[in-house]
This record gives sequence, structure tokens and C-alpha cells, in this order.
Amino acid sequence: MSLELTIAIIVTVVGASTPILIAALGELVVEKSGVLNLGVEGMMLVGAITGFVVAFTTGNHYLAILLAAAAGVATSMIFGFLTLSLSANQTATGLALTIFGTGFSALAGQGYSARPVTLLGPLFPAELATHPIWRVLFGYSALVYFSLAMVFAVWWFLKKSRAGLILRAVGENDLSAHSIGYSVIGVRYAAVAFGGAMAGIAGACFPLLLTPQWAERMTAGRGWIAVALVVFASWKPFRLLAGAYLFGLVMTMELYAKASGGPLSAIPAELWSAMPYLATVVVLVLISIRRDASTNAPACLGRPFLPSN
Amino acid sequence: MPNRLELSGITKQFPGVLANDNVSFAVKPGEIHALLGENGAGKSTLVKMIYGIMQPDSGEIRWNGEPVVVPNPKAARRLGIGMVFQHFSLFEALTVLENIALGMDAKIPSRELEARIREVMQTYGLALDPHRTVATLSVGERQRIEIVRALLLNPQLLIMDEPTSVLTPQEVEQLFTVLRQLASEGCSILYISHKLHEIKALCDTATILRGGKLVDTCDPKEETSRSMAEKMIGTGLKDIVKPAGRSFGEPKLVVNRLLTHRTGHFDVPVTDVSFTVRAGEILGIAGVAGNGQNALLDALSGEIRSEDREAITIDGKAIGHMDTTERRRHGLCAVPEERNGHAAVADFSLSDNSVLTARDRLGMVVMGLINSGAARTYTGKVIADFAVKALGPAATAGSLSGGNLQKYIMGREILQKPTVLVVSQPTWGVDAGAAAAIHQALVDLAAAGSAIVVISQDLDELRTLSDTLAVINMGRLSESRPVAEFSVDEIGLLMGGVHGAEAAA
Ligand SMILES: Nc1ncnc2c1ncn2[C@@H]1O[C@H](COP(=O)(O)OP(=O)(O)O)[C@@H](O)[C@H]1O
Ligand SMILES: [Mg+2]
Repeated sequence: MSLELTIAIIVTVVGASTPILIAALGELVVEKSGVLNLGVEGMMLVGAITGFVVAFTTGNHYLAILLAAAAGVATSMIFGFLTLSLSANQTATGLALTIFGTGFSALAGQGYSARPVTLLGPLFPAELATHPIWRVLFGYSALVYFSLAMVFAVWWFLKKSRAGLILRAVGENDLSAHSIGYSVIGVRYAAVAFGGAMAGIAGACFPLLLTPQWAERMTAGRGWIAVALVVFASWKPFRLLAGAYLFGLVMTMELYAKASGGPLSAIPAELWSAMPYLATVVVLVLISIRRDASTNAPACLGRPFLPSN
Repeated sequence: MPNRLELSGITKQFPGVLANDNVSFAVKPGEIHALLGENGAGKSTLVKMIYGIMQPDSGEIRWNGEPVVVPNPKAARRLGIGMVFQHFSLFEALTVLENIALGMDAKIPSRELEARIREVMQTYGLALDPHRTVATLSVGERQRIEIVRALLLNPQLLIMDEPTSVLTPQEVEQLFTVLRQLASEGCSILYISHKLHEIKALCDTATILRGGKLVDTCDPKEETSRSMAEKMIGTGLKDIVKPAGRSFGEPKLVVNRLLTHRTGHFDVPVTDVSFTVRAGEILGIAGVAGNGQNALLDALSGEIRSEDREAITIDGKAIGHMDTTERRRHGLCAVPEERNGHAAVADFSLSDNSVLTARDRLGMVVMGLINSGAARTYTGKVIADFAVKALGPAATAGSLSGGNLQKYIMGREILQKPTVLVVSQPTWGVDAGAAAAIHQALVDLAAAGSAIVVISQDLDELRTLSDTLAVINMGRLSESRPVAEFSVDEIGLLMGGVHGAEAAA
């Protein structure tokens, strides 16, 4: 394989992995606070259509990303209100949110299909990325650097900051956190809103980073991958990074295998489509077998908070 | 010097219960003050008001001579009041350091906090690694976290609500050393416990509550355990009345070469256990915890079924292969050691909990439908006969205090009049009055012709209760003999694993 090709693959992998990584980081924080939001896919679709429409009408990509995040927050607040304020079942509400997001984005996107937008360009000036090697470091759009910075930021927040400690405490033992005097519902609202913003941005990655148009259900189930990754990565941000990139790698290999026609293209297309999911799950399960993954799971995950008095 | 804490006329009413009725007493600086009373006497309620978790309906709290209102625990901590709870509110997945940081009102950088924690631990000889995850700690170590957390605030009053009910004797001794050192430095301690010999060893003064009222303040060193227990329950402590010259009837429960298999890491199976219990006989099984008592109880109750149907017989009928339901039908009832989640479902009403074990014997299920009237009536009878403090048959099991739940569970089984009753730790965490009532009920059941097996770690309990005694060690049961033939030394040797001939030699 030539250097050119290798670098092209790396760049594609990074691009394909970025939305999954961003959405999964959001969900990780949500779950660490003890809330299971299965509506990631729906919030991503709302973010995707918002990002597309704003980019299409204004041409301003950063405004598009910002408003996609805001739309994600707004969608997540529906979930937050139902599950946190009204103690509705989180699993059912999350599923409903995905159905809602799918339908809403399809409705709002009517008439926008097959209309092109421009993709978000690289963050750094092209001169920095003239040599192929430099392209690996400096050839990406701002969203990619954002996702990597967020891996570190989420890790630091959860591990080192006091606010992160409180968030983990709320996810671990809501009643104790309440009795010490922390606002369980407040912390969880904040976490859900953060998850919504990240899912919105992740959704906006599709029209702004990957395919410069709107298509119904264009997130293609990546929201679900994000949710699954969080569990298989044992709620650890850096493992999440590894999992998301692995998924992107296998997915990209599929494209190249088909295109290059070599022996790999003999593998049936269905198997190729399943491969990224299988590979990611298998690898992450193997990682988590080694250490005790269960101790890292937030003990209150998915349980509504019902203080006795 | 003014009193550290002075309560006057504290009253607290809950729906249906007057938990504290005009309670007044004082704690001096450096005094270790015991608060005694039966389950439900209002001890926890009283200290919760001092710590600001609840507000008194009326009455005054004086702190170092000044009248104060304590609106919340934060205000209490600011005054210099620390509290260690009966049930720890710790975060299992977090480290010791993180747990303590979460409970601090002031934001302290974690390095500085760690230094202060190490200093407190050094001063009081409390060994604990700040970076360990709480999930990996023993109960005693967890309690140390709570104590360290309270001590970091340099409290002038430390409240401890039943701190020793879950500790080993060695851990209790360490705790007392810390408490005595604290008191010598001028910190007052308000100490709640059921264990009267602990009170005698530790405390300078004891205040006794009964039904929410203060009934006496005394010096525990001048009292006997018995006299304090009598003040708590308000009447003379009844000795267990065993009908004199009892004779035993036919063998009821015959266990022959019973064995179980090892299932988990910490599980001790039983091997080759044989014994016979006759009608009217109480067999006590002594032993240090973790020597196969759980496996024995499960094998007898039917939770573990035997491969050999003849391994257990009742009235000559082989029941070794039967499950718990069938065994209950044949007259064998059992009470496991763990009340919440094993003997009772915390979220179910008492009535529903009665259905769970008494449905067949008392006809509470007719053609697949629950006869809730029968369940309620029976539960009401259990509550009345065993003086269970509960709002009624509709109260959930989880709302009862530990001692009251135990009384309910024992009553639920005893009133079914089983042919054979197997109980584990019948009076664990139960106050003296309730323990005496449970003992008497067991003796009465035996007198009515049932065969009873009592598994317990409390030797005093076994020696008063049992007719015959056997000792379990490493899953093996010694030969059973009349209790009078055992000396305490011999039981001790058997519990340590020294058997028959060796012990005699
Ligand atoms: N939050 C509450 N609501 C209603 N009743 C309560 C509450 N807390 C305690 N009680 C009742 O008040 C009485 C005293 O309880 P408590 O102070 O816990 O007793 P103790 O600690 O001495 O065992 C009991 O009858 C108990 O059922
Ligand atoms: Mg209490």
C-alpha cells in the first residue's frame, strides 16, 4: 500500500469515527450521572437536519454546528422533562425520542433532499498540510479536533474535577448524594443537556463533514453504535476513542475492499456491513473482560430518582 | 462550664406515633453519654433533630449554653456536631478520599484533604488507605470513613447511632479506643447501642427512652445489664419459662448424611451432617460465622435440594428432594438469617409477605387467587401477638425497623404451627425485650410439640434456649448432646475445630 493510500485511509477513518465519538462522549456523561438516554439516534437526526438547513441557508458552518447543538439540547430536554421531572421510564422514553427525532427530521427535511451544501474545510491553512504526513496531523476540520479535545476534557472532568465527582456520585448513589445535599435532578438535567448538545453536533457532522447533503435517516444507526460503545468501553473516555476509531477503521476497510476488488471483495456485502459492529463489540468485550468492568458501571443507571421524603 | 448540649422539652410527632415526648437531658463536655431504648423508642429521631435532619415540634436545644436552631446538617456541622449513621451513605464505586471530599462543606484541594485525612488517621490510629475503592472495604473500614469524615471537622459532639451492630469484637475494641481518646480531648459523645455490656464498658451516663419518653438517667457502671434492660422495657425482664421435667416425643426431623456442594467463592458447604430432633425438643447449632451455617439452613429449608431423598425425613417421610414450597406443605418452615431480601420482600406489604410463606399452610390461595382477607387477618394476628410496631398489615416490610421486622418474620412462621421450625440468628439486632419474647415463643412452640432447630452464634442464647446442642465447624456438625453436658470451654474448643476425643484428652 502506498503512503498516499495509507494516509487517505487514515483521514477517512478519522472522519467516519468522529460523529460516533462525539455522540458517545455525550452519552457517557449522561450515563455517568445515572441516566440512560436511548434517544441518541433521534437527537443526532435533529442535529443533522438543523445543521444542514442552517448551513444551506446561511452558508455559515460554525453557526450550523452551534444551532445543531442547541437543537440537540432542546430535544434532550423533552427526554429530561419526562424522565427526570415526571420519573417516566427511561428506556421507553429514549426509544420514543429516537422515533420522534427520525420523524421530525424527515418532516423538516422535506424539500431539502438532493440540495448540496459545502463541506466544512480543514481548520488549518492548506500550507501546513502540503506534505502527506502533515495531512495526518493538520488536514482535518475543526470538528475532528473538537472531538479529540472532548475526549480529554471529559476524562479530566470526570476524574479530576469536583463537579465531575459530584456527577459520578449522583450516578452511583442518588439517595446518598441527595442526603448530603446535592441536587440529583439538577445534575442529571445538566448531564442530559450536555448529551443532547453532543448528539446534535454529532448529527451535524453527517451533512457538514461526510456527505454534503440531507438524506432521511442519514445517521444510519450510528447513534445506537454510540450507546453500545459507551457500555463496551466500560464508561472510559479513552477506550471510547479506541472503540470509535476501530469502528471507523473496519467501516472504511469495507469501502476500500469493495473498490480495490482484491480477495477481500469476495466477502459478501452483508458480512462487510456487519463487520464494524462485530469487530468493535468483540474487541471491547475482550478489553473489558480483563479488568473488572462492572465496577465502573454507574450503579443507578436507568433508575428514576425517587427520594422518600 | 456550660453543658455541651442541653435538650429541654423536645417533642416530635409523626403521623400515628409520638416519637419523642417532652425529652430533656444534658451532655457535658468530654462525656460519653449513652442513649438507650427498645427498637422504636425514638432514639434515632432524637439525634436526627440534634443533627438538623428533622425539626422538633416543640422544645429547645442549647449548645454550649446558647439556645440554637439547627435547620439542617450543614448548620449542625458548623456548630461542631458530627454524626455517624446507622446505615452508611457511602458511594461504593468511589474511593475513600472521594467519598470524604463529597461530604465536606468546604472545597478543599484533594492533596490538602488527603494530608488532613492522614493526620486524623495518625492521631486516632485509624488505618485506612485513602485511595482504596469503598466497594473493596469491610464494614468496619467503611465505618472508619464515616468517623474520619466526622473528625475532620473537629467536632465538639460526636453522635453515633448503633455503630457496633455490624462490627466484629476486635473492631468494636478499636472503636472504643478512638472514642475514649476523643472524650479525653473534650469531645462529647452521644452513643446509641443495644449492647448493654458495651454501654457499661464505655459510657459515663445513660439516658433511657421508652415509647418516646425519657424514663431514667443513670450511671451504667452502677447498673447491671439486666436492670438497664428492665428500665428500657418498663417491666421486669421475664426469664424464659421452660416447663419442668419435659420429655421429648417421637423423632420429627431426621437428617442423615446430608451434604451440599460448593457454589461460590465464600461459600462453605456442609458435609455428612446427621442429627435427630424429637417432638418438643430445641436443638441449638453453635458455630463461628461462615462455617456452613448458611448452607445448612438452605439445605434444610429446601433452597438447596438434596440428591438423596432420604437425607431429610419428617415424621418418617422422605423430603430431601422437595423444594421449599413442598417442604412447607409437609410442615417444615424456615427463617434465614438475612431479613431484608431473603426472609421478606422490602417493597411488599406485610400482608403480601405473609402470603409468600403461609399461603399453603393457611389456605390463603384459593384456586390460584389470593384470599387477601385471610392474609390480612393472619398478618394482623402476627402483629398483635408479637407486639410488632407497624402501622398495620398494609405497611411495607421495608418501613419496619430491623428488630420489628424480625419479630414479624418469627411470628409469621411460629403462628403457622410448623411440625419443624429451622431458624437462623432469631434475635440478631433485636433489643432485650423483643429477644425475650421471641425466645419464649420458640419455647412455647416446642412445648406444643414441634421440633425446633436454632442456628446461632450467640452462645448465651443457645444455652438458655436449647435442650440439645451441636457445634458446626468447617461444614461438619458435631454429635448432639444435652446442653447441660457441655461446658463453655468445650463448646469453644468444638467451635475452633477440636473434636470429641481430642477435646476430652
Ligand atoms: N420519618 C418517619 N415517619 C413516620 N414515622 C417515623 C419516621 N421515623 C421514625 N418513625 C417512627 O417513630 C418511632 C421512633 O423511631 P426511631 O427514632 O427510629 O426509633 P429507634 O431509633 O429508637 O429505634 C417509631 O415508631 C418509628 O416507626
Ligand atoms: Mg434507630
